[in-house]
Amino acid sequence: MLRILEFLYRVRAFLLFAFLEFLAIWMIVANNSPQGAAFFNSSNELVGNALKKQADVVQFFSLADANVALVDENASLKQELLRLQVKPDSISLAIDSTLKATFELKGARVVANSLRFSQNYLTLYKGAKDGIKPGMGVFNAQGIVGRVKSVSENYSVAFSVLNTSLLISAKIKSSEVFGSVQWDGGNTSEVQLLYVPRHVKATKGDTVITSGFNAVFPEGLLIGQISKVEVNKKDPNYLAITVKLSTDFSKLTYVYLVENTQFQEIDSLYRQSDLINEY
Amino acid sequence: MNIRNLISYGLLILILGLVQILFLKNLAVFGHAFGFVYLLGLLILPSTIRTIPLMLIAFCLGFILDVFFETIGMHTAAATLFAFLKPIWLKAASPTGGFDEAEEPSLGQIGFGRYISYAFPLLFVYALAFFIADQWGIGGFFGVLSKSFFSALFTLILTLVVQLLFFSRKRGI
Repeated sequence: MLRILEFLYRVRAFLLFAFLEFLAIWMIVANNSPQGAAFFNSSNELVGNALKKQADVVQFFSLADANVALVDENASLKQELLRLQVKPDSISLAIDSTLKATFELKGARVVANSLRFSQNYLTLYKGAKDGIKPGMGVFNAQGIVGRVKSVSENYSVAFSVLNTSLLISAKIKSSEVFGSVQWDGGNTSEVQLLYVPRHVKATKGDTVITSGFNAVFPEGLLIGQISKVEVNKKDPNYLAITVKLSTDFSKLTYVYLVENTQFQEIDSLYRQSDLINEY
Repeated sequence: MNIRNLISYGLLILILGLVQILFLKNLAVFGHAFGFVYLLGLLILPSTIRTIPLMLIAFCLGFILDVFFETIGMHTAAATLFAFLKPIWLKAASPTGGFDEAEEPSLGQIGFGRYISYAFPLLFVYALAFFIADQWGIGGFFGVLSKSFFSALFTLILTLVVQLLFFSRKRGI
């Protein structure tokens, strides 16, 4: 017995090493499962504050760019508004509930963003206090950005599209063929469009948009343009399509968050019929 | 190790950590070589510090970095491995007489060639562990290997620059 204890005492450094490594690997696994709750991340109040201070300084230098983007967007929204305004000699009728808005938008500031890993996340300066919930879609004027993962009082953490564990339901605009967009961990300006069958004619330059089949993004948000079409080497029944992202992930300052007000209803319907909802 | 040394090591690690978090987060030379300059704080800790406290320090440092970088567990795992191997490697790579009790394995103390042969393999192992965790299931073997190699090289250069600029030759810090 004493021998065993002596032996254990002699290898105590290795035992502690094994224990700490086990702890670290457990954290990696727990954090990387999309459904698993994250215990520690930058939505933490202290860390969020530090990151925000950094962003305050860094983003000061890109204020001009951010302003130009906002003005451009304002102009296009004004134009849309003029088109939609009711003419004096016409009346508007509330026809039925299908025309009711099912998506609500909120704006938020990006305080941290990473590009260099294979699992990239954004930290946003808006949290549960402002009505942000896990699962909301994130986009900006250029295109889609990601999906909210977890939320604290004032901050939230979102999966970036540049995160290999995020799948987004997409379609090719011209042919209405749908598939899923996923990043392969390589080039930060390109994603792959998966599950498009081989008989489909996809050409370089076609626009890829969100499909609206999932309950996260509304239909028609821009994802990017097709830059390369090949036959999938692993599974020849499908095409391997490379899409050039329209969003510049190195210059994110402000984003919009979108919430589907009917998410609960759609989600419970999916659950009833035992379908797994992809995002 | 006296209280003055303790304070200066604490300050050094704090400054390196801040530099790592504020400036080196999204920096990757050619999208390939990452700088893990905070490891300098662990590298030059004196050989008198035993494995267990060293591992605990490394674990905490890696964890703090992970929370900021949103890479939970990856830096932690790599830094713990780094701290476990450091005393072993130091013993294996030291001259037959061993180091003096108070000697710290920094550039000024052990010289250019020995510093590189001591630091580079450790940095490489750290980078390898980190990129294996990061690229699990996606990156090819050679992608991980080349990323690790160039990151270790870049980090080595950074640690050399920091030591040449800010450390006085005689006293370490």
